[in-house]
Amino acid sequence: MAFQAPVETSTTKIRELTLGANKTVAVGGQNALAFHSFEGTLPNGPKIALEVFDTTPADWSDELKSVLGDVWGDPAAWARKCEGQFGADLICLQLASTDPNGANRSAADAVATVKAVAAAISVPLMVYGSGNVEKDAEVLKAVAEATQGMNVAIGAAVEENYKSIGAAAMGFGSKVVGQTPIDVNMAKQLNILLTNLGVKIENLLIDPSTGALGYGLEYSFSIHERIKLAALKQNDAMLQAPTVSNLGKEVWRAKEAKASREEAPQWGDARKRGIVWEALTAVALMMAGSDVLIMRHPAAAQLVRQAMVGLA
Amino acid sequence: MALTGMQIFKHMPKTNCGQCGVPTCLAFAMKLASSSATLDQCPFVSDAAKAVLAEASAPPIRGVTIGEGEYALKIGEELVLHRHEKTFFNPPGFALLIEDTEAADAVATKLAALKAATYERVGQTLRSNLVAVKNASGDAAKFAACVAAVAGAVEYPLVLMAEPAAIEAAVAATPLKKPLLYAATAANLDAMAALAKKLGAPLAVKAAGLDELGELTAKLDALGVKDLVLDPGSRTLKETHQNLVYIRRAALKKKLRPFGYPVITFPAEETADDMMETVLAAIYTIKYGGIIVLRDLSPEKAYALYVLRMNIYTDPQRPMQVAQGFYPINGADENSPVLLTTNFSLTYFIVSSEVEGSKVPTWLAIVDTDGLSTLTAWAAGKFVPDRIAAFITKSDLTTRVKHKTLVIPGYTAQLSGELEEELAGWKIVVGPREASELPSFLKAFKP
Repeated sequence: MAFQAPVETSTTKIRELTLGANKTVAVGGQNALAFHSFEGTLPNGPKIALEVFDTTPADWSDELKSVLGDVWGDPAAWARKCEGQFGADLICLQLASTDPNGANRSAADAVATVKAVAAAISVPLMVYGSGNVEKDAEVLKAVAEATQGMNVAIGAAVEENYKSIGAAAMGFGSKVVGQTPIDVNMAKQLNILLTNLGVKIENLLIDPSTGALGYGLEYSFSIHERIKLAALKQNDAMLQAPTVSNLGKEVWRAKEAKASREEAPQWGDARKRGIVWEALTAVALMMAGSDVLIMRHPAAAQLVRQAMVGLA
Repeated sequence: MALTGMQIFKHMPKTNCGQCGVPTCLAFAMKLASSSATLDQCPFVSDAAKAVLAEASAPPIRGVTIGEGEYALKIGEELVLHRHEKTFFNPPGFALLIEDTEAADAVATKLAALKAATYERVGQTLRSNLVAVKNASGDAAKFAACVAAVAGAVEYPLVLMAEPAAIEAAVAATPLKKPLLYAATAANLDAMAALAKKLGAPLAVKAAGLDELGELTAKLDALGVKDLVLDPGSRTLKETHQNLVYIRRAALKKKLRPFGYPVITFPAEETADDMMETVLAAIYTIKYGGIIVLRDLSPEKAYALYVLRMNIYTDPQRPMQVAQGFYPINGADENSPVLLTTNFSLTYFIVSSEVEGSKVPTWLAIVDTDGLSTLTAWAAGKFVPDRIAAFITKSDLTTRVKHKTLVIPGYTAQLSGELEEELAGWKIVVGPREASELPSFLKAFKP
């Protein structure tokens, strides 16, 4: 008896969004669940954005230092290395040092960093603020202005600051990443608010918040699955924006990723452990449907890329 | 296929005798439909009705148990494609692959390491489940010796990967409780079926693709071999992923009995790279693998896989909880601060991870809030002054620390006044709102 393939096709798709001006990268565009190429088309597949920080990281593990330490403190060199040596699809600049609870660097400083990074790379750029609601509104507005014409993605816009960030993005032609705390309805609601403001739905990305392996991954996993199912099976237009997982910083906060062999002998090889922790977090989110994976360790990114190639 | 209460009611004796514990047959039928009662509670149901109902109520994916006793592994009986629809029930088993061509001492070292890689997390024991012994040598005597050595070294149930004659010889020499026999194929189907029946053991079925797989399982079912595990034969990530999705859908949505069994996967045979093997195992953990066979379960890989499996198989409707009590971090002593928070596992993990990162010796005081996070627990009346005060008063905290200062989460600052009233003699300090602010808070804070 021949097996009848139980395929499920979708009449709708995730919106395709193009980033960058020089060398462009398209994300989304699929009409099937992650890697279900047997029942739909997935023209772009998930993309890997490698992280670049605007400052020298303070307490990163020895392993991260051994691969990235030579470019710490020089965001442009860091970004160049991520593109040239590590093959990043995108660069995600994290403006961590603008946080008022930290170094509190100014919007003007941030703009200088963004310009230096943008000039150093040809792949598209994403720029994340520090996560401080008020400061991000100020910083990201300046970033949007300074990157006019580069077609960057800025974020994260949240409920409390989406108006200023959304308005800046509209004015200067950036894409916007909207971030909500692990809730489908809140993700949808923020996109409704942003579109009511006038931002075109074609210019939005969804960041539904990320928990690392062992630290809430199950929630992020299911939120991604639910968003993609709502987008593809229920034709929910507000959830058809591509999704982003800002996972690198969550993973490398976990002790399982950063503890040394001496601190945790029972967990085996420290180098491989950190890489596995990030790769498994990324793979889980990718299988759940995430379109952009923001990652930190190049070896973890390489494993995830290999899995993408194998699945495609 | 699941029947409705009314469909089940048609097969009931309709005596309303009440011996099942509910007053009417209709009420009992409704309970059966919702799986809150079992048919054996009715003393009068006819055999004919039993057969019909058993067939109809059989799970769409059969539960298969490998081994017996404490180390038995049950897989299958899954009901959904996506965990948020209900939950995934029976976590997949990780199997370490041992070939009978490997040196005996190397095997012993591997098995000792495998057993040592056992961890506790949120009150659960995380470990691997099976050892797969493969007759790579083609020599039945070597296989039997290897099986004997493995069975002597670990309690985990075995997967015996060999032709029927070699398996029979190995099991004759080393009696095993319900090992998984691997595998029946088109070439050896009758012999494997006979052996599985004789040993009362579950049987894996390997085919070249899904067409053949369905034919083989139907034949085995007709031969009376019911406890099956599927191997669709693919050995590339793309095909295996597709087969796993197809098999799960065929079983759940099309109710195709020939595909209503758990699936065995072989990352060990799909890549030679140890890190990639872990990644493949992760994908099959997420996407419907029942058994996952690996060459390498070293701690740095195994622990991540165990935690992933736990995350994916956690019931989305029942938050994971840690036990109420006091947790010393960074060598907390009698002068260390006490941070109070809820027993939602994620809260615990995030807070404890930040505290560990701070390197400041600290006590975490975990209050039982039925697994709710801080704000939710506060809103639900489970993280409230009287409950917290009762926990602290009845505890032995005063024997652990010399001070009487409690730090509460910043988001529940409003508790502080009433809590100070409830806990006479204690000082309540409002801590930061976000866990990420704890390190800087702790570095400056003295109780």
